[in-house]
Amino acid sequence: MSAMVRAEEVNKSFGRLEVLRGITLEVQPKEVMCIIGPSGSGKSTFLRCINHLEKIDAGRLYVDGELVGYQQRGDKLHELPDRDVCRKRSEIGMVFQHFNLFPHMTALQNAVEAPIHVKGENRATAEARARKLLERVGLADKVDAYPNQLSGGQQQRVAIARALSMQPKLMLFDEPTSALDPELVGEVLDVMRGLAEDGMTMIVVTHEMGFAREVGDTLVFMDGGVIVESGTPREVLANPQQERTKLFLSKVL
Amino acid sequence: MTEIASGPSSSPAGRRPEAIKAVPVRHSWRWVSAAVVLVLAFAAIYTVVTAPLLHWETFWQFLFQRLIFDGVRLTLVLTVVAMVIGITLGVTLAVMRLSPNPVMSAVSWFYIWFFRGTPVLVQIFFWFNIAIILPHAGVGIPFTHIGVSVSTNVLIPAVVAAILGLGFNEAAYMAEIVRAGIISVEHGQTEAAQALGMTRLKVMQRIVLPQAMRVIIPPTGNETISMLKTTSLAFVASVPELFTRADQIANSNFRYVELLFVASFWYLVMTSVLTVGQFYLERYFARGSTRELPPTPLQRFRRLLFTYRMLPRT
Repeated sequence: MSAMVRAEEVNKSFGRLEVLRGITLEVQPKEVMCIIGPSGSGKSTFLRCINHLEKIDAGRLYVDGELVGYQQRGDKLHELPDRDVCRKRSEIGMVFQHFNLFPHMTALQNAVEAPIHVKGENRATAEARARKLLERVGLADKVDAYPNQLSGGQQQRVAIARALSMQPKLMLFDEPTSALDPELVGEVLDVMRGLAEDGMTMIVVTHEMGFAREVGDTLVFMDGGVIVESGTPREVLANPQQERTKLFLSKVL
Repeated sequence: MTEIASGPSSSPAGRRPEAIKAVPVRHSWRWVSAAVVLVLAFAAIYTVVTAPLLHWETFWQFLFQRLIFDGVRLTLVLTVVAMVIGITLGVTLAVMRLSPNPVMSAVSWFYIWFFRGTPVLVQIFFWFNIAIILPHAGVGIPFTHIGVSVSTNVLIPAVVAAILGLGFNEAAYMAEIVRAGIISVEHGQTEAAQALGMTRLKVMQRIVLPQAMRVIIPPTGNETISMLKTTSLAFVASVPELFTRADQIANSNFRYVELLFVASFWYLVMTSVLTVGQFYLERYFARGSTRELPPTPLQRFRRLLFTYRMLPRT
């Protein structure tokens, strides 16, 4: 079975600032990978490279066996036209720290927007699925609510339903609970746990060590644009090998 | 003592501290200043209304005259057409200005610089007189004789000259208004839409512009009201809109001030209608941005009646 995500020596700089310095990793289908690390370690940037919201400068990045953002023809890389970049993005769901729900649309409209206007599905099909997804994240009674009538936890669950509405093969979570009140974190993590149990491939940038330990198959600790340490969450959290990992964990655990 | 007040606590169920009944502060100066302002306002209006040589009969005589109505109609047409041109071209220019293509952005910048930098009166006059420098205009293939051409005087009659001047000038202002609206939409919105697989055009159409509308509508309402009055500049091209009509009538009976009043009356009626329209438009685009939409005047009136009835009789 080929990897869902494969990164080989991925590099990325913003101007003179090197954010990613040779990231190499693999995520298998149905795997849940959690990425932890101090802020500025490049973990969010790496996530955004996977759906080509950021362009990588060197290395190779594959999703489901295909290069991200480029096409190999002979020995040359060709940039993909926008149309193809968009099509590939539509197969990857992304959940943001600040939800980024469309405020002028209700929960249901948020969750049917892309299926109708990107995939060209008919409204009835899209709405039926969106209602099912909103029910799955526990918001069956909020379909007609606008985002600002919902709590942070509810908004983030709508955002997850919106991402799932495109039936993605991979889900990226960028600190999905960091902007939430502590008492609302649980409801979002529960939804994510359910997704993992259903076999979704997920990459989760998070500060929730408990979630990483329980749900994650792999834990990656990043610092300064490199992977410092990785392994099963239990190993890494209980018995970190690197000094930097120990230092970081001693501060957050 | 059974109860000791220590640490935070809430009062036992059913008991509430006595409501505060305080004597309000007297604001005597508010009454004085209000009185002064009212007296001054009344004096000003009274002086004008009772001016010895002002013929109110003339005002009433022409207020509902057919020539004036024709002028009102043309003023409305000019406003609508010029605003449609202004908004369409303005949105295009704003999108061009924000385009990653440097040529698009530069052309848009130049357009805005030029049309915002010259008086609209000059622009109307320019289009009105364009036949002087360009007697014929048309399309064709350069360096050949293939193509069609018509006389500029036929192509651009006075009304069209006024519309072009007003519309093109407006587009420069609208472009800046729309651009401000677009950049007011959080970048996360674009990102979320892109992550769902939307193309740049779709992101603009479906996500950014609808949200930008909330910022764009109020100044656009302002621009429309302003445009309604600026159409009077079409006077220089002898376009028979409201002000030109009033002036023409005044030229025959020398009742200039009375006819200015007639024109002003209709301008006020039209701007009032637009103000109401703007309120409802803003309310529509506010959905999702405020938890509860502001009440319409009718709703406010009903609520007032209702609360009044709910008050306990004392």
